[in-house]
Amino acid sequence: MLTTGKALTRRHAVAVLTATLLTAGLAACGNSDTGDKPADDGKLTLGFSQVGAESGWRTANTNSIKEAAAAAGIELKFDDAQQKQENQIKAIRNYIQQKVDVIAFSPVVESGWDTVLKEAKDAGIPVILTDRAVDSQDKTLYKTFIGSDFVKEGKLSGEWLVNESKSATGTVNIVELQGTTGSAPANDRKKGFAAAIAANPNLKVIASQTGDFTRAGGKAVMEQFLKAHPKIDVLFAHNDDMGLGALEAITAAGKVPGKDIKIITIDAVKDGMQALADGKFNFIAECSPLLGPQLMELVKKVKAGETVPARIETQETTFTPEQAKAALPTRKY
Amino acid sequence: MSALKNHRLFWPVLVLVALLTANAIYRPSFLAVQMRDGHLYGSVIDIVRLSAPLILVALGMTLVIATGGIDLSVGSICAISGAVACFYISQQPDQNSLASVLTALVLGLGLALVLGAWNGVLVAIIGIQPIIATLILMVAGRGLAQLITEGQIITINSSPYKTIGVGHLLTLPFAIFVALAVTVLLAALTRRTALGMIIESVGGNAEASRLAGIRSRRIIFLAYVISAVCAAIAGFMLTANVSSADGNSAGLWIELDAILAVVIGGTSLAGGRFFFSGTILGALIIQTLTTTVYAMDISPQTSLLFKAVVVIAVCLIQAPAFRDKFTRRKPTAVSQKEQVPA
Repeated sequence: MLTTGKALTRRHAVAVLTATLLTAGLAACGNSDTGDKPADDGKLTLGFSQVGAESGWRTANTNSIKEAAAAAGIELKFDDAQQKQENQIKAIRNYIQQKVDVIAFSPVVESGWDTVLKEAKDAGIPVILTDRAVDSQDKTLYKTFIGSDFVKEGKLSGEWLVNESKSATGTVNIVELQGTTGSAPANDRKKGFAAAIAANPNLKVIASQTGDFTRAGGKAVMEQFLKAHPKIDVLFAHNDDMGLGALEAITAAGKVPGKDIKIITIDAVKDGMQALADGKFNFIAECSPLLGPQLMELVKKVKAGETVPARIETQETTFTPEQAKAALPTRKY
Repeated sequence: MSALKNHRLFWPVLVLVALLTANAIYRPSFLAVQMRDGHLYGSVIDIVRLSAPLILVALGMTLVIATGGIDLSVGSICAISGAVACFYISQQPDQNSLASVLTALVLGLGLALVLGAWNGVLVAIIGIQPIIATLILMVAGRGLAQLITEGQIITINSSPYKTIGVGHLLTLPFAIFVALAVTVLLAALTRRTALGMIIESVGGNAEASRLAGIRSRRIIFLAYVISAVCAAIAGFMLTANVSSADGNSAGLWIELDAILAVVIGGTSLAGGRFFFSGTILGALIIQTLTTTVYAMDISPQTSLLFKAVVVIAVCLIQAPAFRDKFTRRKPTAVSQKEQVPA
């Protein structure tokens, strides 16, 4: 019984192995055909390696890319790297072997990409970075980088405030809820905001602390800000979630969010847009995950050999309460 | 004075008082407590409320550590139970119905029992090292929590559920009464029966205890189940605090804070004797430290260093060997052989 079992397993193993080899061989042949004559079926193939699925924002990003690929008639090979660089490198090597037309990915970390990007370049496959950048010295390793401009988001928030407090005579006290310490969005949004409000000396950031991009963090920090500073006029939160957490702290302190304390946030996720439409927030600068359609345009251009700018910004906008009310019914994330 | 100084809780209490004093000097209104909307309001009240989840998790951790183990999965269990409860409530037509909130709590607690039993089986029955066994759920559990929330943040609007995190009873935060109730229950369970002694005996030497007639495996198994249940209640508080379940960040790294609280409280990581009162004090110190960072607006770049320095100071000051170097007193054996209050 035992021996039969063993024999069976071994035979199985051989069968599986043969099948794998055969499929791989066939796949290789198939791919080399399309590789030689890419216009065979006229369909472009895009290999995309996503960071993971860590947030609602990321999920919306993934869905946008999948939907846009289907709409543009591009064949998408999708891989979820689950926050691991080795998985992404593996996926990119797979795409190179499969001879896809274009490779795109959201790098999980900034460094360590040179080798695998060189392999892609040698294989003649153009690479597009989405949402996050790499720190390679050699800029020819990738065609372009499409993603949000975090500095600009901070700047737009600051500019709205400058415009809003034009008539203010006294000092306007601002408290800031920063994102995760050291992360690019936190650094850049802080920088952009500070640059914009420098235009009006009345605008003063009296306290700035990290809330780790979470609701719980935003709430805990805001509770102490409210107790330490009796006069807070404006809250600037680096994302919606921290702002939503702070809302509860402000209400608990007996103040009216949106009136006693004006609230500016960044992202424009659904819950944040709802708060804006309800008048609890005053302004949101969008950080859009919906870069799918733009990416597909780029894929086509890059494949056709057209030159594209080295840096492309995601199409983003800003929202006031009225605009939020109008946009909310069709909001995807 | 000397007897007071030799008390096990003397140094942790001193640290807590020092932290509060530093805050009061920096901003005198820190200690001020006022009535607002029929309940007490102030930074100290915040500390008490926010430390409730950590106290719960740390109490469970104390029992696990007493058996000579460690439970790294408590943060994930917080996230999972909070996510299950919020998901269930979000699916109800009337989110304010008390019945559906209670059902949600039962669901969350039930799942925590299963997860605790899983840890218990891995450690006590199969014999995997606790740090590895619970690491499995620490990593996989976050994924499970995100699976439940589908990677999104579930926002709910349920006032009964919210009460667990931000409600008030007799002008004080409701959460602290929950923590108090669990403390009393656990203290009664371990100190009014032989269970506490049996746990300490298992932690001291599991094999010797078994030979003496104690079912060591059953005791170890029980410790992980209790720890998971405590974590689940903490998970309810954390999610109720912000009326939303975030599988990614709820209870993140709380296991490390809990272990720290246990150690500050004087329970040895090697197992054996355990002290609930010390653990609670440890949890209060950690929460005070976090709140201090916000209240003094210590810059985020240096706050971790600030916390580390305070924690090192607390640990060193508690070590008799270290203190003796400075006081040049003869090391006495008394400090290590005190009687154990509940």
